[in-house]
Amino acid sequence: MAATTTGSTLPSRERSALLRFVVEQPLGAAAFVVILVMALAAAFADWIVPYDPEAIDFSAMLAAPSPAHPFGTDAFGRDILTRIIYGARTALSIGLLSSLLGCAAGAVIGVASAYFGGRTDLVVQRFVDILLSFPIIVLALVVVAMLGRRLVLGIDVNLIVAIAIPIVPKVARVIRSAALSIREMPYIDAARAAGYSHARIIFRHMCPNVVAPFLIMLTAFIAQAILLEASLSFLGLGVSEPKPAWGLMLAGNASDFYREAPWMVIFPGLAISLAVFAFNLLGDSLRDWLDPKFRT
Amino acid sequence: MLRSCALLTGLAAALALPAAAQETPKRGGTLQFAISGEPPNYDCHANSSFAAIHWLAPHYSTLLKFDTANYPKILPGVAQSYEVSPDQLTYTFKLRPNVKFHDGSAMTSTDIKATYERLRNPPQGVVSLRQASFEDIAAIETPDPLTVVFKLSKPDASMLANFASPWNCIYSAAKLQQDPNFPKTNILGTGAFKFVEHVKGSHWIGQRFEDYYEQGKPYLDGFRAVLLSGAPMINAMNGGQIMAEFRGFSPAERDRLVQSLGEKVQVQESGWVCKLDILFNTAKKPFDDARVRRALSMAIDRWGGAKNLQRIAFVKEVGGILRPGYEFAASKDELAQYPGFSENIQAAREHAKKLLAEAGVQNLKLTLTNRTVAMPYTPTGLFVIDQWRQIGVQAEHSQLETAPYQASLQSGNYEAALNFACDFMDEPNLQLINYISKDQSSLNYGNYIDRKLDELYEKQKRATSKDERKRLIREFEQHLFKESYTAPVIWWHRYIVHDRRLKGWHITPSHYLGQDLVDVWIAQ
Repeated sequence: MAATTTGSTLPSRERSALLRFVVEQPLGAAAFVVILVMALAAAFADWIVPYDPEAIDFSAMLAAPSPAHPFGTDAFGRDILTRIIYGARTALSIGLLSSLLGCAAGAVIGVASAYFGGRTDLVVQRFVDILLSFPIIVLALVVVAMLGRRLVLGIDVNLIVAIAIPIVPKVARVIRSAALSIREMPYIDAARAAGYSHARIIFRHMCPNVVAPFLIMLTAFIAQAILLEASLSFLGLGVSEPKPAWGLMLAGNASDFYREAPWMVIFPGLAISLAVFAFNLLGDSLRDWLDPKFRT
Repeated sequence: MLRSCALLTGLAAALALPAAAQETPKRGGTLQFAISGEPPNYDCHANSSFAAIHWLAPHYSTLLKFDTANYPKILPGVAQSYEVSPDQLTYTFKLRPNVKFHDGSAMTSTDIKATYERLRNPPQGVVSLRQASFEDIAAIETPDPLTVVFKLSKPDASMLANFASPWNCIYSAAKLQQDPNFPKTNILGTGAFKFVEHVKGSHWIGQRFEDYYEQGKPYLDGFRAVLLSGAPMINAMNGGQIMAEFRGFSPAERDRLVQSLGEKVQVQESGWVCKLDILFNTAKKPFDDARVRRALSMAIDRWGGAKNLQRIAFVKEVGGILRPGYEFAASKDELAQYPGFSENIQAAREHAKKLLAEAGVQNLKLTLTNRTVAMPYTPTGLFVIDQWRQIGVQAEHSQLETAPYQASLQSGNYEAALNFACDFMDEPNLQLINYISKDQSSLNYGNYIDRKLDELYEKQKRATSKDERKRLIREFEQHLFKESYTAPVIWWHRYIVHDRRLKGWHITPSHYLGQDLVDVWIAQ
């Protein structure tokens, strides 16, 4: 039987890179651990929570934090810890998917704009300027109001698109500036001379070379996407009750009962803050680690 | 505990009604209040929401009106007296001689005739949502400028109440002749307040009409209504920027205001001619099967839900299709005979599971269409979904903005939906019309035809004795719930918190009534 590398051991080069990241960016590593815990909790929520996140229990309405309900219960008697853990699933899935979609689309547009240059670049960049002139929340609000809701496998696809769209111009602008220098590299000239198609040059030769800024922006925009999803859900345009979502937990009855049951707003608020903080910190650390300009 | 005692003391103080009758109304002041929705247009005849009538009512008059202090007593409006013939086929109204429109023109019987012709038989391009209410009017005669006679083809037990409906705003015949849709974009009435301005998304201003027909009224110099809802509205009340909101507060909002404002506010509460019904789209499988619909209705613990939901939402009473407490409503014993109203919820749910099995429906998944309006739609929707889970039915909660929500219901693009049923008064004709066949009522979104319901509706409408009418209504209700085309959830309960200085406003079971502000005054 051929020798294989087991899942628990990393090749030495990767292991040393990870160790280097932990040593050089301890805050980033801590943020990564927080995100990892959130991701694992979200993934294994069905096995680790004692309550059904959607089941109403009127006998436990507005119960204060206790051993039975460490974070208390809401106005419907639902366990807040359970809903926060399931809410992580909503936040991370929508945050990751919308950020990935927005960053991928932005990266392709940015690289293509830089590659073609001239009039194409001019038109694309003016369009990007228009989109950039809208505050991110306003743009997302308009898109979500126009598209409405469309659930696929329990996930609101239109919500993901609505959050992704405001990300696109920001990423396109940053990636374009990175791609402008790549466009002038000899291997791009060589690819052109070899007669490769535009698509092949863009996807095979330019895009892989903007991975570093792409990853930095991806992590930074996951935080923004989580915040945006929470904001839209708070405004009633995101996730619908009874699905657990952090922003939604701050809306509705929470505003009626925050005085009598402050745990209804404190814990979901903390969850949003922690997730956003962790992703921002990880994004900053990745930037410092990957970008040579930030190395001391 | 201390906090609860303080709240109870505050509530007791707020609920203790002052001896308003002994106080002499004072002239002057501008009433600032909130309204939580904007009207799609200015035409009373084409609207059905508080978001229209709360803005429009101060500018218009009606033939008769409700005495809000003594609901459901009817008072004269622009008619100073009326007579009903013994056969109940002729209604003769004598009009006040001094009624003027806000442009100074005199109101006469011609204006009444034009208004009611528009209501009962709207011209092309005009919407009248009250057409069905006046279908029994055969002719309108105007023997002189101050007399108007309505001739009916059949007696109608609810006709007098219809003449007092706040939706039947009187329009100028001259303006309607120029443009039948004049009221859609213009406001010209004979009400206590002249229209000044409406800034969309912001506010609406009305000014005292000096030539108003009731001597010495209105008491206010004017009003300023602002578009506010939810937490900002509560904050505005707390900050003294507004004196009231007249649709309704949730129990938590009421408690918050009483706790923070104490004796500065007064709380009025009443039952409410409003409820949420679960509608089933009978054109879609498996909701074409009465057993499935009945099972879904039987899974709901209305009694337990009412007890608990009233703590977090403005719902309170369990009832059938008529408001609990109303003379024609089903008693608790009568309700217990209907499927879905048993207090033994475990037995009811077992029966529901059997019905689903009999219908060959397993692991039913459905979408419950609801509005994004928080109170009381969201808590009620969550409650219903949770109740269905108890019998193994999974429901996706689809909350839509008002326009797409209404479009879904009207186009039949839904499986089950929560639909509001609110009226300006307790009256079986108004409430039952929601449930008759699709080809008889534009309010039927369930897409069913049931001639037995149509027949019973007509019979109770023509019944001359109360006992007979009550018997027919019970039969209607029994059949409706057996078929379970619709399943009422829990009836709403109305709480109004207002500044204690606001006087002359009385709560009624309808949030459409009493908004002409004629008798309202501010104790300075």
